[in-house]
Amino acid sequence: MKIALVGNPNSGKSTLFNSLTGLNQRTGNFPGVTVDKKTGIVRIPQPGKKNGWEFEFVDLPGTYSLYPKSLDEVVSYQVLCDPSNEDYPDVTVVVADASNIKRNLFLVTQLIELRRPVLLVLNMADVMRSQGTIINREKLCDRLGIPVIYSNARKKEGLEEIKNQLKNGVEASAKTFFNQLPAADLFDSLRKIVPVGAPYAAWQVLSNYSQLSSISEAQKIEIHKLGITYGFDATAFQAKESVERFTTIGNIVDECVEHIPIDKQKQTKKIDRVLTHPVWGYVIFLLVLFGIFQSIFFLAQFPMKWIEGLFVKVSQWSAYHLPPGELTSLFVNGVLAGLSGVVVFIPQIALLFAFIAILEDTGYMARVSFLMDKMMRKFGLNGKSVIPLISGIACAVPAIMSSRTISNWKERMITILVTPLMSCSARLPVYTLLISLVIPSDKKIFFFSMQGVILMGMYLIGFLAAIFSALVLRFILKAREKSYFIMELPIYRMPKWSSVFYTIFDKVKVFLLDAGKVILAISVILWVLSNHGPSGSFARIDKKYEEMAAPVAGDASEREMKKASEKLEASYAGILGKVLEPAIRPLGYDWKIGIALVTSFAAREVFVGTMATIYSVGDKENTKSIREKMIEEKDPVTGAHVYTVAVGFSLMIFYAFAMQCMSTLAVVYRETKNWKWPLVQFFYMGILAYVSSFVVYQLLK
Amino acid sequence: MKHSAQNLSQLKVGQQAIIDSFTDPVMSLKLLEMGCTPGEMVELIKIAPMGDPIAISVSGYLLSLRKAEASTVLIHLLAR
Repeated sequence: MKIALVGNPNSGKSTLFNSLTGLNQRTGNFPGVTVDKKTGIVRIPQPGKKNGWEFEFVDLPGTYSLYPKSLDEVVSYQVLCDPSNEDYPDVTVVVADASNIKRNLFLVTQLIELRRPVLLVLNMADVMRSQGTIINREKLCDRLGIPVIYSNARKKEGLEEIKNQLKNGVEASAKTFFNQLPAADLFDSLRKIVPVGAPYAAWQVLSNYSQLSSISEAQKIEIHKLGITYGFDATAFQAKESVERFTTIGNIVDECVEHIPIDKQKQTKKIDRVLTHPVWGYVIFLLVLFGIFQSIFFLAQFPMKWIEGLFVKVSQWSAYHLPPGELTSLFVNGVLAGLSGVVVFIPQIALLFAFIAILEDTGYMARVSFLMDKMMRKFGLNGKSVIPLISGIACAVPAIMSSRTISNWKERMITILVTPLMSCSARLPVYTLLISLVIPSDKKIFFFSMQGVILMGMYLIGFLAAIFSALVLRFILKAREKSYFIMELPIYRMPKWSSVFYTIFDKVKVFLLDAGKVILAISVILWVLSNHGPSGSFARIDKKYEEMAAPVAGDASEREMKKASEKLEASYAGILGKVLEPAIRPLGYDWKIGIALVTSFAAREVFVGTMATIYSVGDKENTKSIREKMIEEKDPVTGAHVYTVAVGFSLMIFYAFAMQCMSTLAVVYRETKNWKWPLVQFFYMGILAYVSSFVVYQLLK
Repeated sequence: MKHSAQNLSQLKVGQQAIIDSFTDPVMSLKLLEMGCTPGEMVELIKIAPMGDPIAISVSGYLLSLRKAEASTVLIHLLAR
């Protein structure tokens, strides 16, 4: 049996979904939109019934009304109103916030008038009782014509009743809540064009037919003509319906709900006085951001190192036990290394989403939007964009995933496109190496170390680039839907820890399966490029070294490193570097840097490792020796030093702006469900990087 | 009862008013479905530190909206 789970945002619908389905959930796709589809199965064995009961729940995006006002709401609308939709439910379970019954009944009554089975779950019953509200359940059942069940999803109360009701069967109600039905012949005329069930469903089609993908263009034209013939004005109609509906609901509430007037939001208002205070509000918010940042940047390092260590052990074990050869090398150095590069993101993703889940669950996230909206709007961003932007300073991968909290398409797109400009932690080793290369460590500006100032400067440049790009994108990107801020500020609640756990589990799974595939594929390709050369070239190098006189003791490792360096030069990656050289010469780079630019695509910090190999430094951690070799490096033609101040800065600016992280591209692809956007990002950032580095180099040289 | 053609964005903190009508038909649909119906009472609870958005109490809960959005709601003040 297919069951659609609908309800207002903040009604506890998702908590109910998690409580019912547990880990039996899947995240899939709604065709044509980026909203995730969450489905889950509840199986109840029944003696005498083969296979027992199987309920498939679809968790639809929260909505206040059947009339879609955003892309998310179009999804809910299509599932509930289009019989040909693959998720068209047998029963609709509406989750309502019992402490907010009036507003929640709007959607409930609309669903009832679609004349399909509906079950009302009055959730957050505990909050309702603590506010002194008493709802007469029998009277409400009677007025609505549907079963009504109390629940407290957090404490898993009411779940059994819900399951039992579903087993016993739910019938459609015949109650009506507003009287503006169309003239009989209008309804009949419409039915000749498209199949429509109830009269109210006909109204829905007439108002929103352009959003129903199952209706053909020809049919849409017919419906449009029909509307004109009858002088149908969708906006005026919807307004009249809303007012009438609320009048009827007002009467129902007066009859069925009794409450002693206690200030419902006393506790919330008290807390808000601090959390949205002109000074303390922002201070606390900064602390929260700082906490998020520190955990992704610092705390995550511990499990990350452990994961890396684990993969190294597995690689070593494999290399030892598997027969030597091409396939083993591919497995150990290509696949395993690639997998390591995917799994290593899990701690950061888990931590960031744990924070976000807590912020959302407690109701604080809405206050973040409230505090930051005015500032962020100027850049085409949403108040909630702050979290991905700040997280991006640690790592863009979880940051971009977290932009999902932004429901407006344009605001989310801009956030996703500019977040990678915030200097992430992978750029830090590159900056550190280059700064130490071109700026003497004793140079000071006022009392501050010049090196430190330049480093801060790089972060500032990243931030400014992000803000400026957002401004530009605001005018270039076209909005796909009207941007509303109108948003509920829910009462504060303690977070539900199992919800947090399910969120983490879900996000990590999605990342591993979707983005992970792409990252693994690209890293294997890059490995192939750096470890293979055109036929014979590697063999020739091996032969050359074999024919050399036996090395003096102590020189053996140095010779190995030289060999590795020559091989890298002869590999496809090396050839690519040489091919790129004419294009990057204006930026001050030679082909050796060119190779590093190619390999950095796996992860920016690979730059350091590649430099180590090119300059035959065995120990990749030994930045001092890498630096010494690089300082020595002279241009074979002019004899001048390669790594001048100009080149150093040009290269840093390039790394600041270029999209050089395949993991980020993979995640952007996953979040936008389209290769168009990662490509757009790659090119706009690439052009920005190229032009900026060019200007910097030419000015400084 | 005082009667003035004011809109929601002009309310001061703590003032209560009754919703009369809307100046923007499309915006009104969104507000209506959130419970801001003609005849409903609203109270301005808070203005965000930067001056925008605002938070009002309506239909039993807290709703936040931008001043631009609030200006489409015509109200009349309730004399205390």
